[in-house]
Amino acid sequence: MIPAAFDYAAPATLNEALALLKKHGDEAKVLAGGHSLIPMMKLRFASPGYLVDINNIPGLSYIKEEGGFLKVGALTREVMLEDSEMIHTKYPIFIDASKLIADAQVRNMGTIGGNIAHGDAANDHPAVMLALRAEVVITGEGGARTVPIDEFFFGFYSTAVQPGEILTEIKIPIPAKGSGGAYHKLERKVGDYATAGVAVQLTIDKGTCTYIGIGLTNVNAIPLRAKRAEDVLKGNKITDALIEQAAQFAAEDCSPSTDLRGDIEYKKALVKVLVKRMIHKAMDRVK
Amino acid sequence: MQMEKEITVTINGEAKKAKVEPRLLLVHLIREDFNMTGTHIGCDTTHCGACTVLLDGKSVKSCTILAIQADGKKVSTVEGLLNADGTLAAIQEAFKENHALHCGFCTPGMMMRATELLQKNPNPSEDEIRWGISGNLCRCTGYNNIVKAIQYASAKIRGEALPSTEPIFV
Ligand SMILES: Cc1cc2nc3c(=O)[nH]c(=O)nc-3n(C[C@H](O)[C@H](O)[C@H](O)COP(=O)(O)OP(=O)(O)OC[C@H]3O[C@@H](n4cnc5c(N)ncnc54)[C@H](O)[C@@H]3O)c2cc1C
Ligand code: FES
Ligand code: FES
Repeated sequence: MIPAAFDYAAPATLNEALALLKKHGDEAKVLAGGHSLIPMMKLRFASPGYLVDINNIPGLSYIKEEGGFLKVGALTREVMLEDSEMIHTKYPIFIDASKLIADAQVRNMGTIGGNIAHGDAANDHPAVMLALRAEVVITGEGGARTVPIDEFFFGFYSTAVQPGEILTEIKIPIPAKGSGGAYHKLERKVGDYATAGVAVQLTIDKGTCTYIGIGLTNVNAIPLRAKRAEDVLKGNKITDALIEQAAQFAAEDCSPSTDLRGDIEYKKALVKVLVKRMIHKAMDRVK
Repeated sequence: MQMEKEITVTINGEAKKAKVEPRLLLVHLIREDFNMTGTHIGCDTTHCGACTVLLDGKSVKSCTILAIQADGKKVSTVEGLLNADGTLAAIQEAFKENHALHCGFCTPGMMMRATELLQKNPNPSEDEIRWGISGNLCRCTGYNNIVKAIQYASAKIRGEALPSTEPIFV
């Protein structure tokens, strides 16, 4: 399968890339890891006339804690999360997610920025970012703006990133002491997209749940934050009864569609089970 | 048709130039422009790993990378695995000695993937090997002898006693 013809540039600076994107407008697409975009172009689901390859732009690939945030550069590859000692010890929720994404070869290429910018509810990082209340830094010719993850996903393959803009960084508020998080998805076979996936991030202060984020993968048109489920737990002591209630709400509030991975009832049942398990796992990881 | 661009790719140590359309996939550059047909096309959809090569040392699926993205970079394929003295590389000897191939279609991709796996982790556990090759499908062997071959190559690379090459039947 060969993509439709397009023109290509791999600028060496962000400014050049932004200028090219502006010049080519709707015709242009950013090429990051290429592992969502190139498959779509090969299937001719996408046929951009111009690709701006951002891989030669230095300084877009990093993982660091700074100013109260965990900052992840847009071009950071999945494999860099897996290889990061800091991510393993302090943010294992990312390891949970990354390990379940495709396979080693795909993770050598796929970027965290691309995983989110693709705007696909089947991808795994969006749910994690929702649970962590990430902020997305989007840069255009006029400068950078920051969009909360709750306002980032517009619709199928549609996000807050506008033509002429590049997603440059993801900022995650460093969780308070007493926090833990976990992610899991059910997949038909290793490397598959989620049948359903659940991310939970929480903080427990003197027995009370002071922060809770629950994000759902592939059970809604856009990545979904299970707000009603969060409200059940927030400000309370977490009990089995409340976990049951939260899981029930998450299952009720998502709208999966029937496909080869399962029917609606099955996927909602999975969400319920996974929410419960991930709350327990996040609580076990609290530190 | 879009403008062709000239690229330079160092393939198995040799710098080669090619004129490519931006949409040319790396696997086609390797097979059709460079006439190295050891790198296979299985699924053409990023699933099977038959097209796996190393791009600047990292295993990637060359059916999902543009040739132009390899401009100025190093590509390693199965044709470049042999040791400098012409003997089989540890991973090749391992596949040969352990019955790790039947039809051989998956083998170049498997060996390239295993090459990076062992570079990053010279002493992987069985689980790490199975996990590490999960992006490479084999329709023939049932994987057991492939896993055994990677364990054999690991021992060979580390200079340890080689494990038995008795095939596993299941
Ligand atoms: C076989 C296979 C299995 C997979 N399984 C999973 C899975 O289980 N879970 C999962 O989460 N993902 C999965 N993926 C997708 C993979 O993780 C992709 O790498 C990821 O979705 C996109 O990241 P990318 O860097 O490759 O983006 P690209 O493919 O380069 O880009 C994707 C889209 O985002 C845009 N974009 C990318 N970066 C930016 C940026 N910085 N600024 C603005 N726009 C940008 C592009 O223009 C394009 O529209 C799979 C892919 C394959 C091929
Ligand atoms: S041909 Fe590239 S992964 Fe199958
Ligand atoms: S040996 Fe035939 S596909 Fe692996």
